[in-house]
Amino acid sequence: MAEQSLKLKNMKNKDLSRKILLKSKIKLRKKIEPYFYLIPTFIIFTLFVFYPFIKTIIMSMSTTNIRGQIKDFIGLENFKEILTSPEFYNSIFVTFKFVLIVAAPSVIIGFLLALLANNKLKGSRIYELMFSLPMAIASAPAAIIWTMIFHPTNGVLNHLLGTQIGWLTNSKFALISVAIVTIWLNIGLNFIFLLTGLRNIPNELMESAAIDGANYLTKVKNIIIPMVSPQMFLVVFMNLINAFQAFGQIKLLTQGGPGDSTNVLVHSIYREAFFNGRFEMACAQALILFVIMMIVILLQFKFEKKGVHYQ
Amino acid sequence: MNKSKRNKLILTILSIFVGLLITFPLLYALSLSFMDQGEMTKYPHKIIPSRLTLENFKTALNTVPLLKFIANSFIVSICVTVGQVITASLAAYAFAFYDFKGKKLLFLMVLSTMMMPTETTVISNFLTVSSWGWNDSLKVLIVPFLTSAMGVFLMRQFYLTIPKEIREASKIDGCGNLKFLFKILIPISKPAIASLSIYVFINTWNQYLWPLLTINNGNNRTVQIGISMLQYSEGSSYSVVLAGAILILIPSILIFILGQKQLVKGMTAGAVKG
Repeated sequence: MAEQSLKLKNMKNKDLSRKILLKSKIKLRKKIEPYFYLIPTFIIFTLFVFYPFIKTIIMSMSTTNIRGQIKDFIGLENFKEILTSPEFYNSIFVTFKFVLIVAAPSVIIGFLLALLANNKLKGSRIYELMFSLPMAIASAPAAIIWTMIFHPTNGVLNHLLGTQIGWLTNSKFALISVAIVTIWLNIGLNFIFLLTGLRNIPNELMESAAIDGANYLTKVKNIIIPMVSPQMFLVVFMNLINAFQAFGQIKLLTQGGPGDSTNVLVHSIYREAFFNGRFEMACAQALILFVIMMIVILLQFKFEKKGVHYQ
Repeated sequence: MNKSKRNKLILTILSIFVGLLITFPLLYALSLSFMDQGEMTKYPHKIIPSRLTLENFKTALNTVPLLKFIANSFIVSICVTVGQVITASLAAYAFAFYDFKGKKLLFLMVLSTMMMPTETTVISNFLTVSSWGWNDSLKVLIVPFLTSAMGVFLMRQFYLTIPKEIREASKIDGCGNLKFLFKILIPISKPAIASLSIYVFINTWNQYLWPLLTINNGNNRTVQIGISMLQYSEGSSYSVVLAGAILILIPSILIFILGQKQLVKGMTAGAVKG
């Protein structure tokens, strides 16, 4: 009798311990399961973002051979060389000029287009599509098309203006011309984001302003701009980042010329690495670009607290 | 009533006019691509051809293997799109539905990849794939792009809007985690997947710098690099190059037009919430 009850107890215990084991197995599985889902993403990011970023930092402080293999550690020598070369300051100057003449008009034009398209009318789908279409265009075909538009003798631009300007070959106009192409590529995205913001403004707000007799410009200034400031913030942010990184159209339209007048930092990095084979200098310049962009982004976020109005 | 009607008409006409102004470069290129080569070089310069010809398109297709490039671009874009949808859905699933150690840090790491400009990684990446002997293959254009912070972020934002009750109910019905992901979550997140797909496809199709660096062999070029072959090949006039540009623009423009609504919804979803 006693033996049997002991056996039974034993069995129960076994059962219980198995249950506990199973439960803790499930618990463990639940604990590690989310990490499984992250594996693919983190393998790719580790191989192609985190590792190369660290390698870029190491390379920027080394000398490399023509095949990009690291030879000696030389500390900050590369940065010293860059910071004392006039070409670098030219690149920085051109980059800031480019960012300014691209980002500001892109945002303003995008905003004006959004204001224009704000009222849903007949055919609004068609012109909304027309306003945003350039964002689907790649830099290569864009460069081909605009090369034709800018053509000194056959181009439609000179034809319309009655001029004979070498838009891409005259160092006075080259940067502006490349900027125009970049603005054209950018406005679609700005338009879409700002239009979404505009259409989210509660109708009552606009109506009450209309009752108060506010004219259109006051409405824009006092209601629309504060209300779309979150989207505006995002759009400015994206445009700054994009403008700092513009490459394809510059490479294809001017190759950084004439006379380095369009040699923005990104183009200069490309040239150092893949024409001059000076990978370590290119890496150092890339890191300088990274720091500059970070500073600009941080400044913008600081401004956000003051200027952006969240509902 | 009459006045507001007239205002609306004026506004519509103005909008269409501005729309034509913005799309002018495309319409101009389209028009010239149908123009006779002789007419193209004539002075004064014409904008609209007096006679339409398909000669430029034929020459473009015969001068460089443009169709092969288009096929390459399609393969690469589709692989990257499918890959990103899968990896981003999985990662977003973990971030939206689980609590685990280091979740915040890992999510920050994902977002931090958005802050690093391509230039800070592209040189090392180029050296890496060269040392693997991956250059001139299509996989070099696909593998590095099989995930993206944008994708993870977009999918996560969408998952966060899904009521927790759905997850609970499916659990009670004995639905396992993976089953829940594939049988319930992915089907209801079709709108987010659609907008991510359109975004990734167009971006991959339009990629320039990476294929420029890694593909030097004629056969595996993508459209964006292949098109410059046309520019530099002997005897191809500008109308032929424009015809080639039009040909490689068609897929991305078509997808943009068809998917514009989805794309706009998905991209601006995060922006509206602020």
